[in-house]
This record gives sequence, C-alpha cells and structure tokens, in this order.
Amino acid sequence: MSTATATDIELRQQQVKEKLDAWTREIVQWHFSPETGTPFWLDWAAKAGWDPRKEVHCYADLDKFGNFQDEWLRGGPVRKWIPKGQAGKPVYVFETGGSTGVPKSRVQMEDFRIDYEMFSETLSEEHFPKGADWISIGPSGPRRLRLAVEHLAQHRGGICFMVDLDPRWVIKLIKWGEMAMMERYKTHVIDQALTLLKAHPNIQCIFTTPKLLEAICEKVSLKKLGIKGIFCGGTEMTPQFCRFAVEELLDGVYFAPTYGNTLMGLAVHKPLTADDGYAIVYYPPTPRAMIEVVDPDNPTRIVGYGETGRVRLTTLTKDTFIPRFLERDECERERPHALYPWDGVRNVRPFSRFSSSVVEGVY
Amino acid sequence: MLHIPILRKGRPYRSLTVNRTPHHRTREPFVEISQANSGLVRRDLLDAEATWRILQGFRCEELVKMSQRAAEYFKDDTLPLGDSMQSPEEYVESISATTGLPHVMVRKNMMKIYGVMAEIESVLSGLTRGMDLSVLDEGYGVAGGHNVSFFPRGYNLGAVLPNNSPGVHSLWIPAIVMKSPLVLKPGSAEPWSPYRVIQAFIKAGCPPEVFGYYPTDHGGAGTILQSCGRSMLFGDVGAVKSWKNDPRIELHGPGYSKVILGEDCVDDYEKYLDVIIHSISENSGRSCINASAVWVPRKGREIAEALAARLAQIQPKPADDPEAKIAPFADPRVAERISKMIDGGLNEPGAVDVTAQYRSGGRVAQFEGCTYLLPTILHVDSVEHGLANKEFLFPFASVVEHPQAQMVDAIGPTLVVTAITSNEHLKQQLLASPHVGRLNLGPIPTMKIGWDQPHEGNLFEHLYARRAFQQQSAELVHH
Repeated sequence: MSTATATDIELRQQQVKEKLDAWTREIVQWHFSPETGTPFWLDWAAKAGWDPRKEVHCYADLDKFGNFQDEWLRGGPVRKWIPKGQAGKPVYVFETGGSTGVPKSRVQMEDFRIDYEMFSETLSEEHFPKGADWISIGPSGPRRLRLAVEHLAQHRGGICFMVDLDPRWVIKLIKWGEMAMMERYKTHVIDQALTLLKAHPNIQCIFTTPKLLEAICEKVSLKKLGIKGIFCGGTEMTPQFCRFAVEELLDGVYFAPTYGNTLMGLAVHKPLTADDGYAIVYYPPTPRAMIEVVDPDNPTRIVGYGETGRVRLTTLTKDTFIPRFLERDECERERPHALYPWDGVRNVRPFSRFSSSVVEGVY
Repeated sequence: MLHIPILRKGRPYRSLTVNRTPHHRTREPFVEISQANSGLVRRDLLDAEATWRILQGFRCEELVKMSQRAAEYFKDDTLPLGDSMQSPEEYVESISATTGLPHVMVRKNMMKIYGVMAEIESVLSGLTRGMDLSVLDEGYGVAGGHNVSFFPRGYNLGAVLPNNSPGVHSLWIPAIVMKSPLVLKPGSAEPWSPYRVIQAFIKAGCPPEVFGYYPTDHGGAGTILQSCGRSMLFGDVGAVKSWKNDPRIELHGPGYSKVILGEDCVDDYEKYLDVIIHSISENSGRSCINASAVWVPRKGREIAEALAARLAQIQPKPADDPEAKIAPFADPRVAERISKMIDGGLNEPGAVDVTAQYRSGGRVAQFEGCTYLLPTILHVDSVEHGLANKEFLFPFASVVEHPQAQMVDAIGPTLVVTAITSNEHLKQQLLASPHVGRLNLGPIPTMKIGWDQPHEGNLFEHLYARRAFQQQSAELVHH
C-alpha cells in the first residue's frame, strides 16, 4: 500500500469514526427519548439509573451498557421492541435459532430493506445484472433472509423465485439419526430448484447456502444454465469451501460469500483471491451495525489486527438498538480495506470455547 | 511442520483448512493435516463406478500378492508421507506422539496390521468360508459343491476410523483385495496408519486411484457414510446412534467386552487372573476387545481385590520403555472428564473403586508431563448399577456379581465374551445369544483374535451379496 493510499484510508477512517459517533448519538436519542423511544430501553434506563442520552457522546461510550443479553430477545411481548417513533408502520417479526425452545425474535419495520439496498450497492452489474431474475434456495419461514433476498432482487429490477428449506426440520432429522431422510429432503429441495432454473432462463442470480450450492453443482453446470452471480450465506463458510467453489464448482460464475444474521444485517465480503488463501473477510454495514473482535475474557478490549477474538455485534438502526452483543463466533480482526475503510473480520467460525465433548466407550 | 495431505483418488491435495494435532506430552503442534470439505468428498465420489472398474481389472489372486508385498513394505520400508518420507521407526514414533501409545504397543499394533496384510489368504478364507476367490473374478463359480454367484453391494467401502488404537485398521484392509475401492476418514490423532497402508499398497502395484484418504470433520464423515455404497463407522455411543437405521453401514461402537466366570470355576479364580488382567489391560485398555467387565456369580469383592492389587502395580513409564504397559491421554482434559464421570457414578450406592486403596495418589496421575488414568477396578453389586456396563479408554473394569442362571439374559450387546466355565448349559446359552459378537470358550484373553474369524460382522458379507444362480451350457442353449 502506498503512503498516499494509507493516508487516504486513515483520513477516511477518521471520517467513518466521526460519522459513527454522530450516528450513535442520534440512535441513542431515538431509542431513549420519551417521544420516539423503545419501551424495552425506556424501561431499562429507568431501572439503570442513568440517562444514555446524556452520557453517550460517542460510539465507545456504548461500553457503559455492558453486554446485551440475547435472552432478552426470547419470548414476548415483542411489541416492547417497537420504537414509538416507528408506530403505525407494518411490523415484521423475524426469528433466529429456535431449533429447540423459544427462538430469539427481532421486530423490524424497515431495516431489512435498507440493509439489502445498501448491500445492493456492493454488487456489480456484470455479475448481478439489473433486471435479471433471482432464485433463493434456502431458509424462509420466520427468517428475514427470505424477504430480504426478495427485496434485493426487486430493488435491482428482478423477480425472485423461491424454494424453501426448513433448517429446523433438518436439525431434527439429524438428531433422530434419519440421515437418509435428510438426503431425501435435500434432494426434494434441489429438484425444485433445478426445475425452476431450467424453466426460467432469465434467472441469472442465485442466493443459496453452501451445502445446497454443492448439491446443485453435483447435478448441473450453473454457468451453462446462464447463472452469472451467486450470493451465498446462511451458514459458516471456510476459505477451503470458497476455494472449492471457485476452482471446482462454478466454472467462473462469480461467487459472493456473505456473513449475516437477523440481528446484524448483512456484511459485505472483500473479493476472494487465491493469493490471499481465499480468506473470507467481511466488513459490517457501518454505521448501522458494527462487528468487532474482542478479547473473550475482557470483551470491552478490541484485540489487535490479525489477532483472534470473539465477535461482538452492535446494531444501531431506527428499528433496533443492540449494544455490545457477544456472538457465538470467533474470527481474526482485519485491517480496513480501500473499499471499506473500517475494521473487518476474517474467517468467522463457531466460538471454539463452546465446543466440548465426552467420549463414552472405546471403539 | 510435517503436513499430511488429502488423497483424492490417490493424488495429494493440500487443503486451506488444516488441523494441527499436538504431541501428547508437549501439547505443541506435531503434524498438520489437510481437512477435506464435505463437497469435495462428494464430488470425488460422483464417479465411484469408474473407480470400482479399475479394480475389476485385477484378479483377486494378483491383489493377494500385492497385499503380501505391501505387508513387507508397510513393516520395513521408508514410504511417502506428504512431501516427505517416513521410515518404520518414524511411523512408530509418530503414532506414539499423537496418541500417547508407548512404542512397544504401537509395534504390536503395527504387527497386527502387517499380519492381516501378510496373512490375507487366511483372512479371506475365513471371511468367505474357504471359497475360491476366482468366484469374485468371474462373478460366479462353485463353492462347497454348489453353484454360487456374488455381486457387490456397492462401488466402494467408506470407513470412518478411530483414534484409539492402530490395530483396528486391520479390519478394512481386506476390502481392497476383495476389489472394493476405499474411502477413508482417518482419526485426527491417528492419521498415520491408513496413509502408510495406502502407500504400501501403491508401492506394491495397486492403482492409486482406488484410494481416497479424507481427513475431515463430523460433516465430512457423514458425507462419506452417505455417499459410499458400504461403510464402516467406528465411534462412541453418540456417533453410532445416528446411523443405526442404515443397513449399508457396519457400526463399530463400544465393545462392552466381558469375562464371565461360571459357578464351576469361580472358586479357582486365581488360576485365571492372568487371563483377566490381560483382557483388561493389554494395549492399555484402548481396544473394544478389552474386557470392561468381569461377571461372576459370587466372590465379586474378593476377585476385584485380587485384580486391583495386581493392576495397581502398573505404573507410567517413558514412551520408549519396552516395559510400558499404560498409555497417557493425548488430551489431558479427556482423562479428567472420564475420571469425573467415574466418580459421579460412584456416588450411586453399590459401587466402590477397589483400586483406590492400592494407589498412592488419585486415579489421574502425572508422569513426565503426561496425564494418565491409572488402572481402575470397581466392585459393583448389581447389573442395574450405572457403572456395571461402562467402557473407557484405559484399563477399567467392573467386577459384577450376578446369578449365573440370569447372566446371559442380562449381559446386553457384548463384542467379546470369554466364558471360563465347563457348564454346558451356560455355554449353550452363550452360543445361542444374539448379543455375543465373539465367543471364547475357556480361558482365552478377550484380546486374542484369530485371523480367520469375522469381527463385528463379516466384511465379505458386508461387501458382497449372494444371488441365486443357474447356468445352462452354451451347446444346450443353441439346440
């Protein structure tokens, strides 16, 4: 990187920081003001004994909230999360988790559209042409993904075909040891997708999950079917998977991995390159959401560049305020990129401290 | 650092995802192992039939000779290991480094693998009940005076392999001589043996394309089991449970092997202590054929005391000590967790750790930076007790008292039973029991295996099915 470029990035980083601080103040005002505030946060502030509107002056001040507890999102009433300022707008409720027990819920009015319109700006015309139709093959039901991908397609002038997959059912089948049934279910999903892909030549863009992408590519060449770009996400991806997809599955079709969830929105990826070991580097949709890498034992400390830590999420939108939420993921902290002059995250994967097992029996 | 690649149809492939397996003593990374993503495995298996056809170009007789040559290469030669080479001694040291097995035990396991490759004719004769292997070349023939015809049940054999002990690899090796390509998922701590066996076969002239070697995660293991025509799965209780409904998969879970002393022999138990101790402690108790229970009609406490006194003499020794009889745990946390599980079980009344009084310290012991679980003998007063039928990765056994008349009904699935009795009724009960995988009548250690005997299912029957077959001669057809 040249000195001029480095200086340029530093300057832009400073601008990003100033914008983030201003946005943080605006969002805190919004969620804690009696006129526009969110019932949950107004109640929280009354009990906390301090007024965030007076004490939060910048993004760093959000540390005063401590860590957001995801248990707060389980169960109702979900209306406690609707800011008064958004009253009267159609409300969507999206869920995350829920394989067992009560899922976490997030209400949204506008976020999913705004997030995906922002994301749309990062997609190239060459690989995701305006006016091209899409097909979404993956989780729908209570997940935000289904509406979000459809909105993305519509925002780019396309129509989105849909094939549903119920991941909670898949998890149950695995738990029951019904692996053959799981395969049949996957085949059922793929068969529907192939039927649509073959019948509608204007489908040029796909959203799907890594596993379903592999399964589709076992049956057809997506390039021959006229697919130009693949937007892939929903589950963990490794650099090895990305390499495999690029080198062996896709015949040159553009591959865009993404990291997102119902709480954050959608992070954009740095273009994959073999030189970089197909590292998957994501940049959050700043200032609407921040993903940071923190010391698991001291989650207010951001780790150094290249160091491993736990993912910490902060969501700052008019729909939702979630400060300092510790995700069940870990990754490395990544330096800013010319396209995204703020911190990113590298190679997100499940948080290793949560994995443990006891082996019973010798075999 | 040493790197072990994936083998995709015999071709090395370096993955961007790697696992680093540590040395059991230093905990420093010892070897880096490429990890296959599930899709890569599936993709390689899409043309399984073409790979299978390669092996059909060989006669079994040729493959037998290759196996015999490969046995010698495996035992004596320096063979490729990723970008480097590995001598037999390095192989022994490497297994010891990542699994904790003392060298002397690794060598015994190495000879077990060598044995199955060298004695492959005897192994196959046992599996096929003496059938002329040309039947597999022709697809039909005569065996025992009857027309026979066999067809393969699948185009390959997948094997999800364990870490506990290298000897277990002797179970899948005969498949290659029975013309079945192999798709192997090695254990993370024992990647060495399958790789070396493959290299020995390749050196002996076997086409590399028929070997898939895919170190991978849980999902990748599932892909192998889903995608291969036939498979073997070695795993703990939880792992095998998920696949119990799939007839294509031969499950090798915990063995729960037992020594049974009959009414007629129990008073002379001292005569059989060597056999019982060998059954419990050989190979550091790491095999599914190690006894994890001793069932007796009476004198349980006395027998437990006698076993405990002897087994407590086993103490940790350096890995290269030829007298080493116990292996440390590659992951010390596993030892701690197992010990806690046993202590938790002992809170239930009716069981006592008899070895405790013979040990100077606790069950978990440290020696030269390694963590061991010292031999543990429990006396358990009922088959209903939670510890009556448990199996762990170290010399552990419960001595359980139970009336002889009810023993066979109560033993449950048991891989090996050594029955020390002359009581005909008890013997007949055991012979008729569907729960007993291997039966040793008389004072034979559970660890003693015969090459010509099947183990947890018959590999030949797993790979091939017999069809009804009749043939009219060509002249008659033309009439």
